[in-house]
Order: sequence, then C-alpha cells, then structure tokens
Amino acid sequence: MARTQGAMARFLDSDIWYSFTRSPITVASAIVAFICIGGAVLAPWIAPHNPFDLASLQLMDAFKPPAWTEEGDPTYWLGTDDQGRDVLSAIMYGARVSLLVGFCAVLLSVSVGITVGLAAGYIGGTTDAVLMRIADIKLTFPTILVALLIDGVVRAALPREVHDQIALYVVIFAIGISNWPSFARTVRGSTLVERNKEYVQAARVIGLSRSRIMITHVLPNVLGPVLVIATLNLGFAVLAEATLSFLGVGVPPTQPSLGTLIRIGNDFLFSGEWWITIFPGIALIVLVLSVNLLGDWLRDALNPKLR
Amino acid sequence: MFAFIVSRVLQALPVMLTVALLSFAMFAYVGDPVAIMLGQDYTEAQRTQLISDLGLDQPFFVQFFKFVVNAAQGEFGLSYRLSRPVADLIAERAPATLELALCAAALALAIGVPMGVYTGLYRNSWLSRFFLTFSLIGVSLPTFLIGILLILTFSVWLGWLPSFGRGDTIRWGWWSTGLATWSGLKALILPAITLGLFQLTLIMRLVRAEMLEVLRTDYIKFARARGLTNRAVHFGHALKNTLVPVITITGLQLGAIIAFAIVTETVFQWPGMGLLFIQSVGAADIPVMSAYLLLIALMFVTINLIVDLLYYAVDPRLRIGGGKGGH
Repeated sequence: MARTQGAMARFLDSDIWYSFTRSPITVASAIVAFICIGGAVLAPWIAPHNPFDLASLQLMDAFKPPAWTEEGDPTYWLGTDDQGRDVLSAIMYGARVSLLVGFCAVLLSVSVGITVGLAAGYIGGTTDAVLMRIADIKLTFPTILVALLIDGVVRAALPREVHDQIALYVVIFAIGISNWPSFARTVRGSTLVERNKEYVQAARVIGLSRSRIMITHVLPNVLGPVLVIATLNLGFAVLAEATLSFLGVGVPPTQPSLGTLIRIGNDFLFSGEWWITIFPGIALIVLVLSVNLLGDWLRDALNPKLR
Repeated sequence: MFAFIVSRVLQALPVMLTVALLSFAMFAYVGDPVAIMLGQDYTEAQRTQLISDLGLDQPFFVQFFKFVVNAAQGEFGLSYRLSRPVADLIAERAPATLELALCAAALALAIGVPMGVYTGLYRNSWLSRFFLTFSLIGVSLPTFLIGILLILTFSVWLGWLPSFGRGDTIRWGWWSTGLATWSGLKALILPAITLGLFQLTLIMRLVRAEMLEVLRTDYIKFARARGLTNRAVHFGHALKNTLVPVITITGLQLGAIIAFAIVTETVFQWPGMGLLFIQSVGAADIPVMSAYLLLIALMFVTINLIVDLLYYAVDPRLRIGGGKGGH
C-alpha cells in the first residue's frame, strides 16, 4: 500500500505529469478518449438499448430521426437505423469492435516489430540486411492495399462459412502484419545504440546467452519510443479497420464496427436519413483525433530534445 | 549517370521478382482454377487435358518462368468473375484512375503550395492558425468519410454535383477521357477533392516547414540586405529552394494516391482500377488481383526510380559520390 502511494506521488511529481497538466488540449483529448473507450468497453451495461437483441427491435421504430428534431423520439437520442436499432447504442457496440481490432492489431505489429528490430539490431550482419530489406519492401506498399490483398487471399482460400467465422482475426492479422516495419525500424535504431553500452558488454562478459541479453537487458531500454508509435498506430489501426469494413471486406456484418455502420448508413444517404451514417462517422473522427492528439503529446513529452 | 541508373534498376529487380513470386503463388495455389474453368460436368480426361494445357503439371520454376514471361507481355489470363482477359479489363479501367489521380495531385499542389507559403511567411496570423487546424482535421479524417460528407453536402443537400460515375466520356483511341465534357468535369470535382485532401494537407505542412527553415538561412538575409523586394526574396529565393523536397514527396505520394483511389472509387462508384480490384477481392477473382498487384508494384518501383533520378539531377552532391548515396 505504502509502495503504491509512493509510486503515485512520484508520478504526480514527474515531468510527464507536469507537461500533461500544462497542455489543455492534451487534458481535453485524454478526457474525450477516456469517455470513448469507457463507453465502448462498458457498452453492454450502459448502452440505452441492446441493438443485437432481436426481440426488442421493432420495425415500427425504423428511421426515427434524432431526438431533438420534430419527429424525433426521446428514447432514441441519435435516432434509429433501417432495422429500428438505436444509433447511439449501435455506435457504442461498434466502437467496441473497432477498438478491439485496433488494440489487437497494434499488439501484433508491436510483437513482430520488436522481434525483428531486436534481432536485426543486435545480431547485425546478414540478418540485419535481409530483415531490413524485407521491411523496406513492405514499406513501399500502402497498408490498405496489403490488408486488402491478405483479406482477398484468405477469402479465396477458405469456404465462405469458415471465412465469416474467422473474419475478425483476418482483419486483425491483415492490419497488424502490414504495420510492423515502423516498429522494427525504431527498435533496430535504439538497439544499435544500446548494444554498445557498458551494461550489455557486462552482461556478455558474465556469459549470458544472446537471447537472454536481448530480452531482459536491451528490450526494456528500447520500449519508450515503441509506446509512442503504438499510441499513434492505434488511431491509424482503427481508421484502417473502418476503411476495410467500409469497403465491405472487414469484420462480418453480424458484429458491426464503426466502419460497417457507416457503410450501412451510406445506403440511406440519398433518401435523407443522414443520421445513420453521420453519427458513427463523428464518433470515429472524435475517437481517432483524441487518440492521435494524445500520441502527439506523448511523443513530445518523452523526447526531451523537443522541449 | 549511366552507372547510377543501372545500379538503381538492379536494386529494383529483386523487389519486382519478389512481388511476381507472391503474385504467382496466389495465382497457383489459392483456389482451384481448374475446377472453376471446368464447371460442373467433366470427364477425368478433360481434366487432365486442361491441366496439361495450362501447364499446371510442370515443375514450379518452369511455371513461374512462364508466368513472368506472360506477365511481361501483359498476359494474365481470364478473369474468373467476368470471363474476359484481365489485360483488357485493366486497360479499360486505367484511364479513369489515372485521370482521377493526376487531377487530385494537381489540385493538392495548386492549393497546398500557396497555403504552405502563406503559413510559412505569416506564422502568427489567424488565417495561418485556421489553415493549420484545418490540416490537422484533414489528417485525422478517413478518406471515405470525406467523400460521404462531400456527397451529403453537395449532392444530397445542395444538388450541385453528381455523386457517382464519370459522367459522359469521350473515347480517344483506347483512352477514354471525362475531361472534355461538362458532365465529366462536374463528376470529377468531388472525387478529386476527396482523394487530394490528405495530400493537400501533407504538402501544405511540408512547404511550411521548409519555408520556415529556408527563411532562417544566410542567403535569405543577404538577399534582404541587397534590398530586394519581399516578393523577389520570398518567391525567387525562398520558395524555389523548398520545391525540391515538395516535388519528391509528391512524386512518391502519387503511388499512395493510386492506392487510396480504391477507397475514393468505391465511395463514388468511379469506374477505375480500384473499383475493379475491390470487386475482385469480394469475388476472390485471383487473376485480376495478382495482375493489379504486379501493376501497382511496377508503378511504385518506376516512381521511386524517377524520384531517385530527380534527386540525382537536382542535388550535385550525389554526383560526386558516384551514385553511392541515394537516400
């Protein structure tokens, strides 16, 4: 207990906390991001309706405009979609799927990136040359294109029912795997600096194995920049997922993400039901913008040179 | 110069071969082309005949070699979905995508550069702040959402511009252009803005950063000391020196524009290569996918090569290094 209090006090006294409280935009975006993520995670408990509970859906309730307009229904704040689902609840459940895919994809990129970067930087030589060349080739192709290709190949290789079941994992894999080179490059750069420091030499002298040195000694010292890129990448991964789902090759329609909701709503744009697509769109922008602003701040705060 | 070009081409070759291998592996191992081509009723003899006709009984590397030779001649077989030669499909769709991409790039340059110069020169004016905020939003907005918002505003609410298709096109040999008709031009406006907006903000930020850096240098101070007008200093001396990185980045971004055209073309139902590709992904049409992959790779490699050559032409320091530099 005393120890956690000490850690808390140390954190409140740190430079990072100081720079955080001094930047109103950062505090605001942290609050917004917190609300978005909280709303998404707690959706099953706090959402006003359950959009997946077929029993509660009434086609009578379909296409209701937002509550503040003339024909609006006060029980549906942001209106309802074509099947009578509450748009606000659908957004909260959709953000859950978007964030889940985003987090898992970033986690995958981070693990692949760190492994490749550590190996390339610490072992060096041919390993380094080959791994970095692969990263270069990967970097020449835009993420969306790679993710689309992976999805297309999986779709062609597997029967439809199987594909629908694993679609979520395919999307996570496609986004995660197309994003690792940025992590690998950063980790490699920091590893090249760290490997010549005295503590690594000391570890080598006492006869530790190469993998042990890499994992327990070098790795903790190269994690700072990884955290920054991971934050910035989260916003990016959420956008990539939304784009894929919008193109119709992302998560299955049974588990709609924000991108799927926008795509569904897009069909009703011309008949005047703008709220079905615009509100999920706003939710996506707010979520990504707040996460990106946090990432920007974290980059500046952890980089003393910019201060 | 010659040695430099040769070394660059030699570096590009393995990349192309890797992509070709991937593309071939997709072609050969994903799905079963024989089953798709034969349909429901066939005898075992027909099947064996088709397999040997397609050369599928030959060793991997022989097949791969044939694939590369065919691909180099623009021969990618038939689309599973449309039963037409893939090369024809792509040639039909390419003009639409290229016109869209070039217009988007031109738009981004024409608006992004002046905005960048302005924000670089008058750093603290309220208009600069507005431009910078605008660019932050431009970076965070996903392409498809920009398209939807534009359609909602200009097609649904105001009814000024069409929301899908290319309008009327005029055929010019094998090239079909929408630039020569009024409805074609009107149809181009919204997709070009959608595709160009991200590049616009990127160029603006780049020009601004470069301008700020150049304005601090000694030769600008010297130019001012010589009593040149602000106009001559800003545009004759400062802007000229910022243009090299701008041209490079725009060139490199042209590849990204063509890739992102997939999204824009889907939103606006623009009949280009991107729409063809996304429809092929949905239908698991492997020949079209692998041809598109190779084509995009070729485009990227070519653009990279041209950009490298531009560097070489513009930056004399690279020439002294005997082409070892690069970037």
